[in-house]
Amino acid sequence: MIKIKKNILLIDQHDKNGLWAGKFGGNWVPETLKKPIEDLTQLFQKLRYDKQFLKQRNYYFDNYIGAPTPFIKLQNLTRHLGGAEIWAKVVSENRGTAHKIYNAVVHCLIAKHAGKKYVCGDTGAGMAGKTLAMVAKKFGLKCKIFMGSKDIKRQKLNVEVMKKHGAEVIPVTTGSQTLVDAVSECMRYWVANCLSTHLVVGSTVGPNIFVKICAWSTAQISKELKIQMINIFKKIPKKVKLINCVGGGSSAMGFWNEFMDYNLKQVEFIGVEAGGPKNSKLHAAPLTNNSKIGILHGAKQYVMQNKEGQISETESISAGLDYPGVSPLHCFLKDAKRARYTSATDEDALAAYQLVTTLEDISPSLEPSHAFAEAIKLAPKLSPSAIIVVNSCGDSLKDKFIIKKRLGSYIR
Amino acid sequence: MTSKILETFLKCQKEQRPALLTYTVAGDSTKKQSLEIIKSIGEHADIIELGFPHNTPIADGGQIQESSHRALKNGIKLSDVFRLVKNFKQSKYAKPLILMGYFNLILQYGLLAFLKQCKKVGVDGLIIVDLPYPENKYFANQCKQHGITFVQLLSPTTSKQRIKKIIKDSHDMIYYISMLSTTGGKLKVPSKKILANYSQIKKINSRKKIVIGFGITTKTIVTLKKADGLVVGSQLCKEITRSLQIRQNPVTNLNRMVLNLKRKII
Ligand SMILES: Cc1ncc(COP(=O)(O)O)c(C=O)c1O
Repeated sequence: MIKIKKNILLIDQHDKNGLWAGKFGGNWVPETLKKPIEDLTQLFQKLRYDKQFLKQRNYYFDNYIGAPTPFIKLQNLTRHLGGAEIWAKVVSENRGTAHKIYNAVVHCLIAKHAGKKYVCGDTGAGMAGKTLAMVAKKFGLKCKIFMGSKDIKRQKLNVEVMKKHGAEVIPVTTGSQTLVDAVSECMRYWVANCLSTHLVVGSTVGPNIFVKICAWSTAQISKELKIQMINIFKKIPKKVKLINCVGGGSSAMGFWNEFMDYNLKQVEFIGVEAGGPKNSKLHAAPLTNNSKIGILHGAKQYVMQNKEGQISETESISAGLDYPGVSPLHCFLKDAKRARYTSATDEDALAAYQLVTTLEDISPSLEPSHAFAEAIKLAPKLSPSAIIVVNSCGDSLKDKFIIKKRLGSYIR
Repeated sequence: MTSKILETFLKCQKEQRPALLTYTVAGDSTKKQSLEIIKSIGEHADIIELGFPHNTPIADGGQIQESSHRALKNGIKLSDVFRLVKNFKQSKYAKPLILMGYFNLILQYGLLAFLKQCKKVGVDGLIIVDLPYPENKYFANQCKQHGITFVQLLSPTTSKQRIKKIIKDSHDMIYYISMLSTTGGKLKVPSKKILANYSQIKKINSRKKIVIGFGITTKTIVTLKKADGLVVGSQLCKEITRSLQIRQNPVTNLNRMVLNLKRKII
């Protein structure tokens, strides 16, 4: 049985080959990238303990991104469902309107320290792209964003924002034209430009160091949440369920990090993957559906693939979750049974968006709506003393057109 | 025992010319045609590199991606690739053959099962794009035990210390990536610079045969002919694409192109 060590950050529980639990993650990259990855690894290792750097990070987190984001009780939803209390950590209230901005700020700070003038990044829903474009502009870095053509169409509001912030948006027309192809193309670009350009992987995926930097950055979410919970409940309540959607898994890692050492019975982690359209075989839920271990984007992980090892097509209404693989950290949490993973269908997510938006004054995007779908299912089965917290890590505004098309109208 | 790959290099050395290595993708544009292509270019090439395509490549440029895409659309599987190799090895212009691809396919096939099959059909060497040193230690060692050359890669970003370690762990042949690029890029570094790097590597162990690849075409090949071997890939993949577009036979066109490449270096 795989065990998680206490008092050590999950990101640091890998071996010298960069593998968690001896089998997830690593650096399965072309030779050309070995050196830039090693350089970045050393730089990050130095900076993460550097007082000046931490001061800078905290400054931008507090004053630019805006900390803390609200932690609110969803009274109407709780009353409507009966059962557990439902709360939301409204991460979408930060300046980037999503958790992706923590990663973007940290990466741009690192890029500045490394003396790089260019950053490149991948994006699916456009949130990683939008926030990187914003922060790069602020820090005076030139920015290139790789995005699948299908995603450019379905998330065009975010594309406009990226362009407004001066980023060059490069459409990726290969494969399924979604996030998986954008990450591949972005890595290919980095292979050719690694000396001048700093790569920002948009989630807790990719070679080991990118998983670490991203999770280290989004951990801010649970740092805030822990303090907020103690302020409100006096201590961490006896039965807490932290529910988060999982695409690459950066949002969930950030939401759970500070609670890692709590007993599973006290603080349970539930990850919700994209189940795809109801009655369709296609989905984007490798953990829920017991996909086999394979290599994708430089890391070993549970990944949707055929018998030969070709990566499978995915489908989800939510561009941010539409990815065939998942963070090695979540593979680790799954095998260690510290977190459990399930999926919600497109229809479940739409219904959850609608219910939450109608009853409450928040309006989650389609990604966190997957998490809300699970909360809605779970709450009535739990006692009123149980606390469900959902990470509302995105705002529905970016999904306006999709929602209008599917439900006939859009409300927020 | 001297490997067929090493024998080939020694033969070319005697002829005072670099070995010519070609890269095409198995199954491009059909399974049958890709076999015809390597059977035909075997007439002029010294070593054949055959790609087994992956649908999520992180180091291939546009030309090779396109070839891989065509091959995958035709349903190419590893079992087909092995069949192609076996067939090629029994053909008139059979040459040493190196399979090239991404590690996940081998991982799913099973490392040892894959090597056993390679041995059975006559694969001489392997290049695994995303299996760098030291991740490749176990597999490279297994290759050796199966009598298959595991080709290590070196790049302009590889540090000197690392180069030494990799060379120490390498078999007969090493692949030097000419520049920071995916495959198919224009040669953006002067040949002089590439050859200078090449010589640095060669100095560490002159017995190792070092081939240069990436950005080599009919136009540039002559400038690098001091190397032990030169790899041409994207230009050939591009020629397949072009031939298909103008409804010509890729087999004859590639044969002509490889002959042309050969003429530039003899
Ligand atoms: C709003 C939102 N939520 C969640 C996700 C999924 O991200 P993660 O990779 O953190 O699971 C995304 C990704 O783009 C997103 O935009």
